Amino acid sequence: MSVTAPSRGTVRPSGKSPAYRPDRKTRSRHVHNLVGVVAFVVMAFPVYWLVISALRPNNEIRSYDQTLWPSSFTLDNFQRAVDMPNFGSAIQSSLIICGTSVLGGMLLSTIAAFAIARFQFIGRKAFMMILLAVQLLPPTAMLIPIYIQLNELGGLNQYWGVIVLYLVSSLPFATWMIRGFVVNIPKELEESAMVDGCSRMGAFWRVILPLLAPGLAAASIFSLINAWNEYLLAYIVLQDNDKYTLNVWLMNFTTSRGTDYGALMAASTLIAIPVVVFFMFVQKNMASGLTSGAVKG
Amino acid sequence: MKAADPPVPVPRKPGQPESGTPASPSGPPDSGPAKGTRKRRVGPLLPYLLIAPTIVALAAVFVWPLIKTVIMSFQDVGRRELWTGEAAPWVGFDQFTDIFGDGEFWDVVWRTVLFMTVCVVATMGLGLFLALSMQRMAKGVRLALTGALVAAWAMPLLVATSIFRWFADSDYGVLNMVLTKYLGLDFRGHNWWLDPKQGFLIIGAVVVWGAVPFVVITLYAALTQVPRELEEAASLDGASATGVFRFVTWPVIKPVFQMIATLSVIWDFNVFGQVFLIRGNKPEPEYNLLGTYYYEKAFESNSFSQGAAISLITVLLLSGVAVYYLRQLLKIGEVE
Repeated sequence: MSVTAPSRGTVRPSGKSPAYRPDRKTRSRHVHNLVGVVAFVVMAFPVYWLVISALRPNNEIRSYDQTLWPSSFTLDNFQRAVDMPNFGSAIQSSLIICGTSVLGGMLLSTIAAFAIARFQFIGRKAFMMILLAVQLLPPTAMLIPIYIQLNELGGLNQYWGVIVLYLVSSLPFATWMIRGFVVNIPKELEESAMVDGCSRMGAFWRVILPLLAPGLAAASIFSLINAWNEYLLAYIVLQDNDKYTLNVWLMNFTTSRGTDYGALMAASTLIAIPVVVFFMFVQKNMASGLTSGAVKG
Repeated sequence: MKAADPPVPVPRKPGQPESGTPASPSGPPDSGPAKGTRKRRVGPLLPYLLIAPTIVALAAVFVWPLIKTVIMSFQDVGRRELWTGEAAPWVGFDQFTDIFGDGEFWDVVWRTVLFMTVCVVATMGLGLFLALSMQRMAKGVRLALTGALVAAWAMPLLVATSIFRWFADSDYGVLNMVLTKYLGLDFRGHNWWLDPKQGFLIIGAVVVWGAVPFVVITLYAALTQVPRELEEAASLDGASATGVFRFVTWPVIKPVFQMIATLSVIWDFNVFGQVFLIRGNKPEPEYNLLGTYYYEKAFESNSFSQGAAISLITVLLLSGVAVYYLRQLLKIGEVE
């Protein structure tokens, strides 16, 4: 708790500083900067620790005297992580599962979002309510029936079992988010394209889709990250070591004899890097997607 | 304008999404002369065709399991019924009376409610405060903070949980080191897991740390929609900072805030991974929250019906929140 406690302590009182009196403006700005720095340290420290531990010699990790900065750097931990059995197959599983489920999810949610944003039809409101309500179901609560159903359909220990689960669980949010973007594209654009001789499909491909790109990017990254980081469903559905996704594979570093923290941190760094990089790219779109889907509609 | 050719084969079974590659960009091949009649025939059906795949998928993965959960909680499904597919005996309300008569269940419920409340209040409070503060920071600080938030947000749950578990390790943990070395307290070899209160402090830290980025980034985006001139005008007219916040800023961000708060309630009520992983895949009874308690009943003791009944109770407990959330969205005209 040392990580969050100091911020809460320093953070609260400064919130009352009057930010709008011009004479106090510079002082309040310093206070806010201080808050920012403290929050930065608190939020970044675990990330820092992840990366620094991955590069730290193993004897320092198993030391009673932890230091904030390592005495030397090494790639041994990465070596051990990569040498762990099934690393390659875990990457492959993760890529296949995430890629397929995100592509499929985007396809389904785009056409559904288009339908609810562009057409008036009976049951539209009900459909939207269902989309929202479904997101409120606790994800773990459905484990047993899903497990039984997959078992009956032969989907246990199969990629497609996990793919279906990831795809469908991304649908409600992605549909909702993409709808927010479709609504913001003026209908006239599409109509004028159709007046000029485009079919509805053509108008969709040539006019809507390019304008929808940022929304699609945001929604797909969101689904991708959820799928990439998910481990419980994969852990339950997949049973063979060589089918595990990266997150399930990470559990290999914790055995009954203890945890190989160095290798675990190295492996985690490898897994987290693509996500962080992706996130940095779409972070702006994502926030606007979240709010445009939520606030304005 | 022809619409006879929806871009996707409609009766897509959720079972074969591997074929879910985007529709061919070549467009529909049959933009023939029969346009007019076709449009009239398919036109009104088109939206239904477009949402049909999603409906089927949601029904298969969310609605059917929910129905199945209800059915199972009135039966007694054990290991044998699960594997052989034999019909399970009906037991009426037995599962529920068992659960409600179990003192441990009530302990778990209260623990979950308390944990959820603390986490949500901490997350939303910190999140709102940081988002407000971010507006007034120097640009460099703000960018650095955004970077840290995004990195924290993107961190897989499993990774974050392992790191926090290591922080709290009694021998090799940074937490004890910092408390001992820099704050002069004697925490050498202190075991954080002996006392569940301290243990939940660590688990709460993982949860809050993981949830704050989403809240801050979303609220910050919402705050950019507050007209600056309004805030300035209000403060020129003599409104205090709290007055400006209460009467100008808050009304604008309120819907987003309520939405995130509701989602946080639901997420924190269903916390599973953090507890499960931080306690080495086998939480002690005093660390059980509803999520892990359910898992333990269903998968460790193989009484699947008890598990189903517990998850049904969870859904019902949360349905109040869900109804509030939906009504809120209806009120702000979201579902139009």
